[in-house]
Amino acid sequence: MVAALVFSMLLPVLIAVGLYYKASGLLNQHSFLGLVFSKDWRPLSGHFGLYPFIISSLWVTVLALIIAGPICLFSAIHLTQYAKSYVLKVMHPVIDILAGIPSVIFGVWGVVIIVPFVSQHIAPLFGKETSGYTIMSGGIVLAIMIIPFVLNILIEVFKAIPEELTEVTLSLGATRWMVIKHILLRKAYPGIVSAFGLGLSRAFGETIAVLMVVGNVTLIPHGALQPGYPLPALIANNYGEMLSVPMYDSALMLAAFVLLIIVILFNFVSRMVIHRMLKKM
Amino acid sequence: MSGKPKIVIKDVNLHFGKQQVLKNISANIPEKQITVILGPSGCGKTTLLKTMNRLTDLYHHVKIKGSIFIDNDDVLNTHKDITEIRRHMGLLSQRPYPLPMNIFNNVAYGLRISGRKSKKFLKPRVKHYLEMANLWDEVKDRLTDPASALSIGQQQRLCLARGLSVDPDIILADEPTSALDPLSSEAIENKFIELKSQYTIVMVTHSLQQARRIADYVIFMYLGEIIEQGPADSFFNNPQQELTKKYIKGLFN
Amino acid sequence: MKIQKIRNAEEMFFRGVMIVSTSVIGFALFLILWSIFKRGLPALSWQMLTETPKGGFYFGKEGGIANAIMGSLYLASGATLLAMVFGIPVSLYMNVNLHKRKKLVNTIRFMLDVMWGIPSIVYGAFGFTLMIYFGMHSSLLAGIITVTLFIIPIMIRSIDEVLMSVPGGLMEASYSLGSTQSETSYKVFLKQCVSGVVTAILLSFGRAIGDAASVLFTTGYTDHMPTSLMQPTATLPLAIFFQMSSPIAEVKERAYASALILTFIILFISIVARIISIRFQKHKIKI
Repeated sequence: MVAALVFSMLLPVLIAVGLYYKASGLLNQHSFLGLVFSKDWRPLSGHFGLYPFIISSLWVTVLALIIAGPICLFSAIHLTQYAKSYVLKVMHPVIDILAGIPSVIFGVWGVVIIVPFVSQHIAPLFGKETSGYTIMSGGIVLAIMIIPFVLNILIEVFKAIPEELTEVTLSLGATRWMVIKHILLRKAYPGIVSAFGLGLSRAFGETIAVLMVVGNVTLIPHGALQPGYPLPALIANNYGEMLSVPMYDSALMLAAFVLLIIVILFNFVSRMVIHRMLKKM
Repeated sequence: MSGKPKIVIKDVNLHFGKQQVLKNISANIPEKQITVILGPSGCGKTTLLKTMNRLTDLYHHVKIKGSIFIDNDDVLNTHKDITEIRRHMGLLSQRPYPLPMNIFNNVAYGLRISGRKSKKFLKPRVKHYLEMANLWDEVKDRLTDPASALSIGQQQRLCLARGLSVDPDIILADEPTSALDPLSSEAIENKFIELKSQYTIVMVTHSLQQARRIADYVIFMYLGEIIEQGPADSFFNNPQQELTKKYIKGLFN
Repeated sequence: MKIQKIRNAEEMFFRGVMIVSTSVIGFALFLILWSIFKRGLPALSWQMLTETPKGGFYFGKEGGIANAIMGSLYLASGATLLAMVFGIPVSLYMNVNLHKRKKLVNTIRFMLDVMWGIPSIVYGAFGFTLMIYFGMHSSLLAGIITVTLFIIPIMIRSIDEVLMSVPGGLMEASYSLGSTQSETSYKVFLKQCVSGVVTAILLSFGRAIGDAASVLFTTGYTDHMPTSLMQPTATLPLAIFFQMSSPIAEVKERAYASALILTFIILFISIVARIISIRFQKHKIKI
């Protein structure tokens, strides 16, 4: 049993080592930072700049957070402070089901509903023409995907704040909303930031759904209505060609390695902050 | 020391869902005295306290029937804004709950939200209330420190100052010394004795000794009902009910 | 009081925002399910469920996705069983043997939570490196191994959550079967525990069957029914993915039907899990 435990704990290390090992072929020829910041992606001539993909990833994930963040925050406040108990009873399964829907299903929904929506309704608002396969579509789909995750954490954070604090503040003549504004949000602040951090990290690693709607064009996007090509999509799309072009597989493994490190870092820091905050209360 | 009662509770019945927590509660709480609500754990005394400033509104599935008159206003059935009513009653909890701000802002909060924001207005008043709570000397040099940096006893006194800052007529205290060391407890008790000349104090406790020490009027509760109530003297020296006699002798829990 | 009115207006406004936010979430779920049903239902047929694609999955106009359905079931079952072999002993170990060492256990829990967030594509890429290292080709086995690795943290942590809720020494006492607790309370606790563990396993199965990124590199894809562990196998998520990108309308229809089938499976699992946990919560011991 101990062996199983040790194995499970070492898993991420094993994965990191494995990926790095595979990527080392490429790293022998170029520097790590060089690859990360290079904009030149021409695999057939041996150029493997990851920069455009990292930027695309940032675009989609930040957009997703911008959309999902306020929705989750206000909904969490609503559910923990204001809503009647039947609302909670209904939302609980809603959140659980949403959390369980596989990525590829979100992708189908994205293609069928969101892409046309962006193309026909959002793009004209900005005077642009697009097929709809854009960062915007990726951001919207990603937002819905991370909502259950972020919402659950926020609810946990708000629930951890002792009710007595609300009571004493109300006794000073505050309204419900004042209690939320001045007291609860202030106390929950680190938890909120961490919840968003975890949401970002989740969004960063999401592959299939985004891939299906984001366009997969290798360029550095300059606007949300342009197509993009996030890092996980890069890995997923090109595994077929990986072995036929020299160093291509190293590059993709490097990309996976970068993804792993970013996600672990974000997760670690965010969870540490939440852990400390919950301990204090 | 008799006169018009400050709080008149009439036939209050409270249900949490299907469970009845308060049964036919009627009491007259005298003005400017320390009224102690006494009883073993779970008898409903905290619930009764919270009903007085309608903190029970926070709970789901709560049904309340009856009236609580404070200065001729029925708190339970009024059309007036409940936040105004709450401002007449300061609350002191079991454990201190300082607001997540510095010491000064904790005491100033109540004033700020009633619209007074100028430093000129707030400074002397914060000092005044901290003095009333016997805390001023200890914190006057660190008003901008976070309230969480204070010791528990100091925090409780801070909460008292904060509660007084909104100029209530009534202080509601829910076992305010149960989390404190004996020295700090004594400080709070003495403070209450001092304050009763200006405020009506209603305190919940499960400590018989504490009640003996400071109560002017006692309401004894058991399983959601008032068993006996009256001036402290007659309550302790001449209890009427069997249950009361047992409790005073310490034959409970 | 003017301040009062402004304050009330502010509160009303934000309460409105809150209600809208919550509604948006509910609406999003509804929209997703509705669009899948709307597109998938017309394309769903007995054929879909029982036949394999004829004429190639990308171009063939006829046939169904029986191969993908069976492939996914084999894959998810294999991975879940394998993960249980790890997950159950590790969770038990954490909660029984390590029960006293609070700090160690909490550190382990923390690490597992961090691991929970590792994207499935990373596991897929890793699985791929393992395949190359061991000289394996795309196969069902490679997929099972990869998906197992993916769901191990999920399995351990969710079972751990169940075991954690069991009061203190009860775990140790019941583990050494001659317990000092009465027979009935032991049985009740066991029922409560088992239902929680079953729910955790079901949910891990749900993750295993729905994930595409981890099987993309490792399991390959074919038109045939799964025949052996060492052959590439079709899976439901990949069936949806590949068929969606086909230019041929009939193939796209198959994709929608596949999406519907996968959605049904997931919904079914969620509902069963809910029912189990609700039914057995009634017997929960509260100490």
